[in-house]
Amino acid sequence: MTAIPAGIEIPRERRAWKARLFLATCLFATTLAVAMLAVLLASIATKGLPWIVDAEAFRASFAEGGNGLAGWRDWIRTEFFTEYASRKPLKAGIKAPLWGSVWVVTICALVALPVGVATAIYLEEFAGRTRLSRLIQTNIRNLAGVPSIVYGIIGLTAFARMFGVFGTGDDETLSIGDPDGFLYLMLPFGQSVLSGGLTLMLVILPVVIISSQEAFRAVPASLRQASLAMGATTWQTVWNITLPAALPTILTGTILAISRAIGEAAPLLVLGVPLFISNTPANLMDDFTVLPFQIFDWAKRPQADFQGLAAAAIVVLLVVLLSFNVVAVVIRQKLHRPLS
Amino acid sequence: MASHPSNPAPTGSSFSAAERAIAAARKGRPRSVAARKAGERVVKAGLLACALFSIFVTTAIVVVLVRQTISFFGMPEVSLSDFLFGTTWSPLLGEEKHFGIWPLINGTVLVSVIAAAFALPVGLVAAIYLSEYAPARVRATIKPTLEVLAGVPTVVFGFFAINFITPGLQLVSGKFGFYNATGAGLAVGMMILPIVCSLSEDALRAVPRSLRDGAYALGSTKFDVSVRVVVPAALSGIVAAFLLAITRAIGETMIVALAAGGLANLTIAPWAETQTMTAYMVQIFLGDAPADGVEYKSSYAVAFVLFLMTLGLTMAGNAALRWFREEYE
Repeated sequence: MTAIPAGIEIPRERRAWKARLFLATCLFATTLAVAMLAVLLASIATKGLPWIVDAEAFRASFAEGGNGLAGWRDWIRTEFFTEYASRKPLKAGIKAPLWGSVWVVTICALVALPVGVATAIYLEEFAGRTRLSRLIQTNIRNLAGVPSIVYGIIGLTAFARMFGVFGTGDDETLSIGDPDGFLYLMLPFGQSVLSGGLTLMLVILPVVIISSQEAFRAVPASLRQASLAMGATTWQTVWNITLPAALPTILTGTILAISRAIGEAAPLLVLGVPLFISNTPANLMDDFTVLPFQIFDWAKRPQADFQGLAAAAIVVLLVVLLSFNVVAVVIRQKLHRPLS
Repeated sequence: MASHPSNPAPTGSSFSAAERAIAAARKGRPRSVAARKAGERVVKAGLLACALFSIFVTTAIVVVLVRQTISFFGMPEVSLSDFLFGTTWSPLLGEEKHFGIWPLINGTVLVSVIAAAFALPVGLVAAIYLSEYAPARVRATIKPTLEVLAGVPTVVFGFFAINFITPGLQLVSGKFGFYNATGAGLAVGMMILPIVCSLSEDALRAVPRSLRDGAYALGSTKFDVSVRVVVPAALSGIVAAFLLAITRAIGETMIVALAAGGLANLTIAPWAETQTMTAYMVQIFLGDAPADGVEYKSSYAVAFVLFLMTLGLTMAGNAALRWFREEYE
């Protein structure tokens, strides 16, 4: 026992007390983190639900002789979903931002998924460790740290104005197709859903690439070797073996990235998305607004009614995001098979 | 031969990866080696084009910001030395406009420091608990909960700040205004907490078990093992998590636009209204400043400073991962 240096000989009780104190701190910090989420959700629900659910009709519906859940049309304030924004809180709804979000996120996903996965395939399966691939890799890591509002500036310059190549005035645009039809395109894109979707695509692209790369890295090398040994080319191996094996993980990562896009407001704010819109998009060139931006606009107003509307829109947004998370978890659980 | 009765083609989900490889090889049309190589090259070029898109995005960011910043400094009202050393930011007020960036940097740093002072310790301690102490069942509940918190859009935290955090602060002290740095900072802290916690926990769990076992064998308590062995061993990952979280705090926009206010203020008073770089950009892009005016262009210069700050932090985070990394095998 004499071999133990004097400095380390702390009395046993003091060590035990220190350990207990630390465990208490740990429990406190973890509880705090979870409690914060609970307070956040509870406070927003109490503020927002009265704007979505008519409390009296709800009680009547679940009382004796009511229709319960089946009678949802009686107690859900459907006008909140079917009306456009209004200066009168009781007439205001989220029809335009709801549909705007759907359009923008669909465009964002349709571009970000193929471009992101193709980049990941190039870096993981084709490039090897060349200088170019290292440069691209570093570049993507740095892009992941760029604030989303900066992407808004790039979206404004590159998509909405196209660097001024087609002129800067509104009348100098080049347009293709019938303005009322579905297949209408004009250059530059202006403040359209297409610009919005592409801008959000820039924001989430690094995340999609990095999570797809991790998915490819998790595929055991033996699968590739088996395929290559059968005489398949690199692309045949990727298409038939590696990509199907990595797909569940890629989809999970992409869904989480897209749910980030649904919540983004800053880049679209820079793009100059209008606040009052009384139509839903009919083609890629239409005006739009999105849920987070509508929430921002309502939350800025001092009147309590608009704060309530903001909370109600947040409830809708969180329900959408939560269902995305559930889909991601289900994909992870169901499609994921052990590969080795 | 392919459809021999005793060797039926496997169908549906019973396909193993190796069987799929064989099936793919059988299905493949016999093509000449030259044709296959050419096809391969076309595919590789297409993939490379997608990979190069990210380089194009970076170039676009740098070119756009630099060009607009240069044209901002070319305007008669603006001087570079005033921008870099001035202590007044008043582009929209008064006769004489001042463009000294420091009040905006001050606001950004103040909000980020408040956020970090809250989120970094709480997040790290929670990560140590989840990785070292928590029973598997507790971990399995808390991890997804934190993931939900990480998925909450930032505008929601901004709403929470003005409706709940700031009123709470006003109960504590009457000094707090409706717009104040602390309310925004705490909300930003809530936003970055799950990032800190989840990334630190990954780093802690990556420390090999043998290190823990060795420390226990020497008579360490669980506390000694966690704090003196596991945390130092995971330091590179923890530092990287901290830097990433601070980067997110600096670039955060919607929370500060709602809760911190719109007055560029060179103060460190946590109860005072303050304006961050991102909040200034929101003010300009939401307002109706003409696109060739000096106010509008100033937002690009501010964006450029913001971009350089976050880029520096991101690169520092990547360097931390590389340089402090201790390899254990």
